[in-house]
Amino acid sequence: MQDWPLLSIAIFLPLVGAALVLLIRIDNEERAAVNARWTALWTSIAVLIVVNVIWFMFDPSTARFQFVERAPWIPAYGIEYHLGIDGISLFLIVLSALLTPVCILCSWEEVRIRTKEYMIAFLVMESFMIGVFCALDFVLFYLFFEAILIPMFLIIGVWGGPRRIYSAFKFFLYTLVGSVLLLVAMLTMYFEAGTTSIPELMGIGFREDLQRWLWLAMFASFAVKVPMWPVHTWLPDAHVEAPTAGSVILAGVLLKMGAYGFVRFSLPMLPDASEFFAPLVFVLSIVAIVYTSLVALMQEDMKKLVAYSSVAHMGFVTIGIFSLNQQGIEGSIFQMLSHGVVSAALFLCVGVIYDRIHSREIARYGGLVNRMPRYALVFMIFVLAAVGLPGTSGFVGEFLVLLGAFQTNTWVALFATTGIILGAAYMLWLYRRVVFGELLHADLKSIADCNRRELLYFAPLVAAVLVMGVWPDPFLDVMHASVEQLVAQAQGTFVQGAR
Amino acid sequence: MQSFADLGFILPELWLAAAGMGLLMLGVFVRCDAARAVFWLAVLVLAAAGVLVQRQAGPEEIFGGLVIVDAFSVFMKTLVVAGTVLVLAMSREVIRREGVDRFEYPVLVVFAVLGMFIMISANDLLSLYVGLEMQSLALYVCAAFQRDDLRSSEAGLKYFVLGAVASGMLLYGCSVVYGFAGTTSFTALASLLTGSGVSPGIVTGLVFVAAGLAFKISAVPFHMWTPDVYEGAPTPVTAFFSVAPKVAAMALLLRVMTGPFAGLFEQWQQIVVLLAVASMLLGAIGAIGQSNIKRLMAYSSIGHAGFALVGLAAGNAAGVRGVAIYMAIYVAMSVGAWGCILTMRRQGARTESIADLAGLSQNHPRLALCFAVFMFSLAGIPPLAGFFGKFYVFMAAIDAGLYVLAVIAVLASVVAAFYYIRVVKVMYFDEPGEAFDRPPGREIWPVIAVTAAFTLLFFVYTGPLLDGAASAAAALLPEAVDTVWDAAQR
Repeated sequence: MQDWPLLSIAIFLPLVGAALVLLIRIDNEERAAVNARWTALWTSIAVLIVVNVIWFMFDPSTARFQFVERAPWIPAYGIEYHLGIDGISLFLIVLSALLTPVCILCSWEEVRIRTKEYMIAFLVMESFMIGVFCALDFVLFYLFFEAILIPMFLIIGVWGGPRRIYSAFKFFLYTLVGSVLLLVAMLTMYFEAGTTSIPELMGIGFREDLQRWLWLAMFASFAVKVPMWPVHTWLPDAHVEAPTAGSVILAGVLLKMGAYGFVRFSLPMLPDASEFFAPLVFVLSIVAIVYTSLVALMQEDMKKLVAYSSVAHMGFVTIGIFSLNQQGIEGSIFQMLSHGVVSAALFLCVGVIYDRIHSREIARYGGLVNRMPRYALVFMIFVLAAVGLPGTSGFVGEFLVLLGAFQTNTWVALFATTGIILGAAYMLWLYRRVVFGELLHADLKSIADCNRRELLYFAPLVAAVLVMGVWPDPFLDVMHASVEQLVAQAQGTFVQGAR
Repeated sequence: MQSFADLGFILPELWLAAAGMGLLMLGVFVRCDAARAVFWLAVLVLAAAGVLVQRQAGPEEIFGGLVIVDAFSVFMKTLVVAGTVLVLAMSREVIRREGVDRFEYPVLVVFAVLGMFIMISANDLLSLYVGLEMQSLALYVCAAFQRDDLRSSEAGLKYFVLGAVASGMLLYGCSVVYGFAGTTSFTALASLLTGSGVSPGIVTGLVFVAAGLAFKISAVPFHMWTPDVYEGAPTPVTAFFSVAPKVAAMALLLRVMTGPFAGLFEQWQQIVVLLAVASMLLGAIGAIGQSNIKRLMAYSSIGHAGFALVGLAAGNAAGVRGVAIYMAIYVAMSVGAWGCILTMRRQGARTESIADLAGLSQNHPRLALCFAVFMFSLAGIPPLAGFFGKFYVFMAAIDAGLYVLAVIAVLASVVAAFYYIRVVKVMYFDEPGEAFDRPPGREIWPVIAVTAAFTLLFFVYTGPLLDGAASAAAALLPEAVDTVWDAAQR
């Protein structure tokens, strides 16, 4: 099976599923919706199986790209259809493939209008997400990277909340501004290096002044995606208005694309500039961690709170990446995975009670533990993971990031640590206000606990959080070789620059 | 009798001229319901001309260098004729319902296309002017074709007056160039104007020529006529305006700038950069406030002219190739978008307000999907074709070291994206209004479907278009060193 084009299968299978959903006749709206749901679910499960096969066959001992597929695409310009994964991208693909069926399950009853289009949008998005992390050609990467805007724009705009139009536009235009500068950087690199192949670009070694410009152009794109302070303002809006599943994908995967961009492009291709600008990243990240944590404390809307906490957690990720050492970068990647699962799960938790009461206001709830014990347990696990309690995935990521940051700059580590304290404050306070206390509101007295469908999509996420927290080795082992090479790429040129 | 042998090279032009006049006779002398027959015959005539164009061999300068036939002219003529055929095919039924179903319209279109062919093949300031005027005169009449309609008449008049001024400027520029250079032939001019010691007179002439041509591609600051004419002219005519004449004028501009005035690159590059920046920004910002879809498309076409000029500003083979690809993709997107606009009819009358599209995705899901594809593509979002059009012209700009221009261009494309996705927003996010009538005519669907499929799937197989554009660019700039292309070919 080694020579099967598994990555292409993973990318195009969702598109095949989307085409099947498109073909469903809509004579009977109800039946069409049911068929669309099941088709989408089975497609996404099939993709998950394919991706797990890839994971199983992945060889962690080497830093080289694996499952490489290479075919001419635009031969006139030497642009190729070039796919491949290493230890850095593997888990992001797994994450995308895991969250899509979860999203489809959580929209099972929530989405009542235009179910068919909804499922198509999600499947198309899954294809693009996997494509972003597999692409080894810059043009191909850019194609997937920007194409995701279209389905996400529609998901927020069509199935979103009251201010969905404003949020959808803000999301679209904010991310587009960044992306187009990435396009300019990409073309410049193409003319400097004569290739768009990512592995080849890693070894080029651009001039130092050029590196800085390129780095800034890329930074504009990735920083908006991550999002870093002060260009994070689209995120709370988009999260609040998006349907639950939209938030899950947004927080779970789309934010990771920005961080992945730093790891895949900025660090290995522009090492000198990365070192030069690392203090900038540190400052912005620390501001993000402290400031957005404080903002999160004051939120009255649950989704907004989780959204701001995402900005803070992604601050850890960027600190880890630019600490430029093994622990920091591995911690960042681990934190990306952990945050992908945890923030997605927190949005799902909000979605569960939103489905029942149709309010996201924290004050509207209280005492849920009396009526919803199962929900309270699930919610608690994810809150504790978000806080970074040892034994959950959040701890491992944050600990490694701080370890890495400490070696580079003690002050950065110090300030970042305050974020953990603040994080504990707002998450636990949220939990206390929603779950504990007296049942004050009348309609909460008859609220139903999680049903089987909800437990079904929480189960893999709970398992992931606990496994990653208790036994992170299998995950870190796979990253090891790739990150080692990445650090060498970054450090190697530093030595040259010093000479 | 050298000239007699030359006739073989301009077979498409001869065919169009003869067939156009034949159609005119047919319309005049066959009284009973000739409009329908003439219309479809005109489509056939144009399609046949398209086939004949493919047989044009080259490169060959004929009629003593007045006309040139090369790969570039073949490429551009193909675009013109393809766009025209598609637009005509889908507009038949609309024209009938609008009550302007007279046989003169298709005949005028045939003559306009003939003018465009001559423009594209012009190798002399004289043939340039003859072709341009032939095209323009036919188009003035087309704009005013719905003569009982106030707006249409106004559009025709505006177009004519402003167009005449532009023609005057162009002609003045030509005469100045002739006065200082002593020749009107592109070939002679090219060898005369080489770098150092160019007289200011020639530069003055160049500026006027550029201004006249900028009017035809509706580049800012010569764009004022566009929104009014686009809005006033009958929609099928507007669709035609936004496709074929744009391509022809852009082709002419490319040939004039990279041919006779190649030696004045440093002088005209500034002009072109300015035109490009102004057009992109005004096209993007001007469209934001529009509530009429035709005016929106007018500003959109201004913006797209600006993006195409970015490629010309690069002034290298990559730039010409980029513009050629851009125009090809632009033709497909525009035809499709206009096809969607043609279906906007309620209770037998056309509607033009963007708000009328509200909830189209629920009333006409397939139409809305196609329209959304065109809008995202016009906005330049990958993986749709429009992205690749921009990709190649930006690539050329960066190849030429025009980083600032490239950055302005990409930022303008973001502003422009706002109003394109606003159309998508109206179709997908707003509550549905009253449904549109059944699409006028059976012919409109295949056209929309074909152009939508092209726009959506262009990225899968880009080879033929790229090769065509490359040979077109090579014909225009035979000696240019084409770093990227050559490197990749090796």
